[in-house]
Amino acid sequence: MTLQESGTLIEVEHLSMRFGGLVAVDDVSFAARPREITAIIGPNGAGKTTVFNCITGFYKPTAGRLTLRGEQEFLLERMLGHEIGQKAKVARTFQNIRLFPGMTVLENLLVAQHNKLMRASGMSIFGLLGLKRFRDAERAAIDKARGWLERIRLVVDADRPAGELPYGAQRRLEIARAMCTDPRLLCLDEPAAGLNPRESAELNELLVSIRDRDGVGVLLIEHDMSVVMRISDHVVVLDYGRKIADGPPDAVRNDPAVIRAYLGTAVDGPDA
Amino acid sequence: MAGRLPALLKDAALTALVAAALGLFIVGFKTRDIGQGLFFDYQLVDLAIAVAVIFFGRLGLQFASMGLKWPSFALGTVLGAVGVSPIQMPSTFLHWFVVIAGVLIILRTIWPWANTAIATVRHSERGKAFGRRGAKWFGAVLLVAAVAMPFAPFADQKTMDLAVLILTYVMLGWGLNIVVGLAGLLDLGYVAFYAVGAYAYALLSTQYGLGFWAVLPLAGMFAASFGLLLGFPVLRLRGDYLAIVTMGFGEIIRLVLLNWVDLSNGPAGIGGIPGPTFFGAVFAETAPTGRQTFAEMMNIPFSSNQRLIYLYYIILLLALITNFFTQRIRRLPVGRAWEALREDETACKALGINPTNTKLTAFAVGAMFAGFAGSFFAAKQRFISPESFSFIESAIILSIVVLGGMGSQIGVVLAAVLLIGLPEWFRDLGAYRMIVFGLAMVLIMAFRPRGLIAHREPSVRLHPVRAGP
Amino acid sequence: MAYFSQQLINAITLGAIYGLIAIGYTMVYGIIGMINFAHGEVFMIGAFISLIGFMICAGLGISSAPVAILLVLLTAMAFTAVYGWTIERTAYRPLRGSFKLAPLISAIGMSILLQNYVQLAQGARPKPAASVVQGGYTLFSADGFDVRVTWLQIIIVVVTVALMAGFSWLIAKTPLGRQQRACEQDMKMASLLGVDVDRTISLTFVMGAALAAVAGMMFMMYYGVVDFFIGFLAGIKAFTAAVLGGIGSLPGAMLGGLLIGLIEVFWAGYFTSEYKDVAVFAILVLVLIFRPTGLLGKPEIEKV
Repeated sequence: MTLQESGTLIEVEHLSMRFGGLVAVDDVSFAARPREITAIIGPNGAGKTTVFNCITGFYKPTAGRLTLRGEQEFLLERMLGHEIGQKAKVARTFQNIRLFPGMTVLENLLVAQHNKLMRASGMSIFGLLGLKRFRDAERAAIDKARGWLERIRLVVDADRPAGELPYGAQRRLEIARAMCTDPRLLCLDEPAAGLNPRESAELNELLVSIRDRDGVGVLLIEHDMSVVMRISDHVVVLDYGRKIADGPPDAVRNDPAVIRAYLGTAVDGPDA
Repeated sequence: MAGRLPALLKDAALTALVAAALGLFIVGFKTRDIGQGLFFDYQLVDLAIAVAVIFFGRLGLQFASMGLKWPSFALGTVLGAVGVSPIQMPSTFLHWFVVIAGVLIILRTIWPWANTAIATVRHSERGKAFGRRGAKWFGAVLLVAAVAMPFAPFADQKTMDLAVLILTYVMLGWGLNIVVGLAGLLDLGYVAFYAVGAYAYALLSTQYGLGFWAVLPLAGMFAASFGLLLGFPVLRLRGDYLAIVTMGFGEIIRLVLLNWVDLSNGPAGIGGIPGPTFFGAVFAETAPTGRQTFAEMMNIPFSSNQRLIYLYYIILLLALITNFFTQRIRRLPVGRAWEALREDETACKALGINPTNTKLTAFAVGAMFAGFAGSFFAAKQRFISPESFSFIESAIILSIVVLGGMGSQIGVVLAAVLLIGLPEWFRDLGAYRMIVFGLAMVLIMAFRPRGLIAHREPSVRLHPVRAGP
Repeated sequence: MAYFSQQLINAITLGAIYGLIAIGYTMVYGIIGMINFAHGEVFMIGAFISLIGFMICAGLGISSAPVAILLVLLTAMAFTAVYGWTIERTAYRPLRGSFKLAPLISAIGMSILLQNYVQLAQGARPKPAASVVQGGYTLFSADGFDVRVTWLQIIIVVVTVALMAGFSWLIAKTPLGRQQRACEQDMKMASLLGVDVDRTISLTFVMGAALAAVAGMMFMMYYGVVDFFIGFLAGIKAFTAAVLGGIGSLPGAMLGGLLIGLIEVFWAGYFTSEYKDVAVFAILVLVLIFRPTGLLGKPEIEKV
């Protein structure tokens, strides 16, 4: 991560996405730096989730280029959905939480380490034979999962089905699960939605620690302005599929275009 | 109660009316072909009785669900008594129908009580510990019983035949459980892989003289390759599309076997398939030249039971291997990925798991076990034809998995004994067997969608379970 | 040329029957997003009710073919519709909101149940049916070959086209059709806006079953024989038709039915009849792989 300290982590250039006649994202360009939290904000229907879905490979963009920089460069728009997580190391969470509800909390975190464990299990053959090499890898994976469970304070719940956890815990678990894939870029789709103020504050802490301690770049969609303004280093504002502002939080807050399009109509954000 | 009675009567009457409409043509007029066209056997009286039973049955169930214990209990008892009484009815079926209606009402009446009792026991710490140990003990006892079974006094030829049959379905159920229960892929063409295994052994043994133990791994590989071949294009499809495509694939294999006479000898099937040998020894009264019989080898008198017992142990071993493999692979990353795919494919993709490859492995592994079972089937029957591999077989195996509880190993055993064993013991039930299968699938999905045994043991624990209080 | 024309006429007739069944699949899929596996059995039951209906008509001394056909048509539609309603009520409605394989498994169970119920009640042997409409019309002769279209074929195509037109109007213009389309778009929203979702879904099953009954009756009259197993193959083929046309689309179902009829008849006519079903399955697989939205279907965008 230290390589590109001052450079860019992901560069979005002229991204467009059309569904039939509807233009969801129209020629959007921005960049996010490593070890920074970049927030994408904008009113409902501004195209934020669509940008995410393009970056994480769930949609194939109509036009534009998505470059993940680092030791190795990846052109995300040319990769298959799962390769983006596997090779380019982009992880994400979902607006409506998508855990594996019937599996335990620990299992959720182990599934996230699938590719690493799969290699150690030698296409399952070493695993079936119970070789030491695999057992060591599995122990390491469990240790890593335990470390994350400690950070999100879910150690006691490790063996419970994930679907039984309270809402806020599920949100935290989804972030921990994404982090267990060892991502370089973490994309969070409204992580604070539905959280109470205390949980929201804890989330801020978690995100800051992911940035500072793990050195991971975070891309964040958020409606909750208190989260955005407090923790993000950089804000991109979308409206009707276009970028209308881009800069540090303070600059964006005072940008007349943003106030007109967004803050001007609903000072506390549309969810309030 | 009196105030609600008219509404309940109306509801029961409506149910009866719908039943009458459903049955009027199909049940009321039985067509019979007497050579010069069709004639009717009128069964309108049967229908009227059945509709009346449905009326009272619905009434009783409604009473029960409203907590009116005594009326529903009385109604259930009366129906049951009428059913077993010597009152003349047009068919034995109707007797059964009345009895079952009565029993259902009584069960429904005592259900809330039984349910609370079960829940209390299950949620107590003792109950939980007992459940965990009980499951282990139950499995162990079952295993010992299965190994000892051929030497039990009741193990005559008929029983052994049935035991072999049940074990074959247990193995198929366990194999399909990998695909449906773990990976959540609804495969309605599982019998196709069974057929591939069976024909692989039949052809390789009769054409090239290969033995059972040499072909067994090959048959598994063939079946697995078929699984890969089919799975590769279709596993990207959504669940319901996959179901219908696999069903189509099952039919294609059957149609090809039926029509490609040069390969499969068509509808006439393949006969004279050799049985499995025991370190070269055959199970027959006299051995072909250059071979010896099992009886000679062991220096014991020949008995036709020896072959059956040998077959029994082979299928027991194969089934146990399937079970062991499944238990083991469930704790490996690939097994966890299967379960994760079942839970949420989108989330899997986001975590960098390749859904197609992961599904393919499940599909191929499931197919492999079907292939093993298929070649065992061919070696046991010594004759196979496409008839044995119809969609009904797939449906039976699927209902075993569904009834037993998707993903539950012991549940599959129970379901196989229930669905295969019972109808064989009570031959009269044969005609109603498939109806019961169908009904069971509908009812299980409505009332116990996780199957008879619904418990899921985590594949790994952070906090080891304390053994008992 | 003459042979070709004859095959074409036969193919259109068969295609009309498949199209009618396919509509049932497509409508149910459109509204609740699941394959009604038991739909083929509903078709089979429709065929049986028609067979018995014609026998009762003969027993009652109704000798006029048009009267008998109309009577049996309406009876079969009404009574088969009860099956459609009951299936939805018992096998699918309790499972709304259950895990995703549940309704599929329940549907397969229902299909097995119905098949064996009819086998038990009516026997396993194929039932020959007396032909109701005889005769036809010779269009032209060529190559020493008469190209004929039977009255029955004409009836089948006319009834199908009339029903198609009727149902398209129903979906496009009536409040019921509007409610149906609303449920298709967003069931929760529709119910918030006062649409009785349960009733709309029930009616969809009822309509699909009624159309399957018509198809069953046509099938019975056309082939002159029915048995308890006809629903399996006809069901898969009609489903293929629905997918080929674009599942969820009414005109697609009709177009798909026509194409499947063409493929089946011409394959049997020019290649070999043994593999005609294999050809249809192969098409199903190919369409699902290469164009899962079918010919006239709308692409589905997965919401994440």
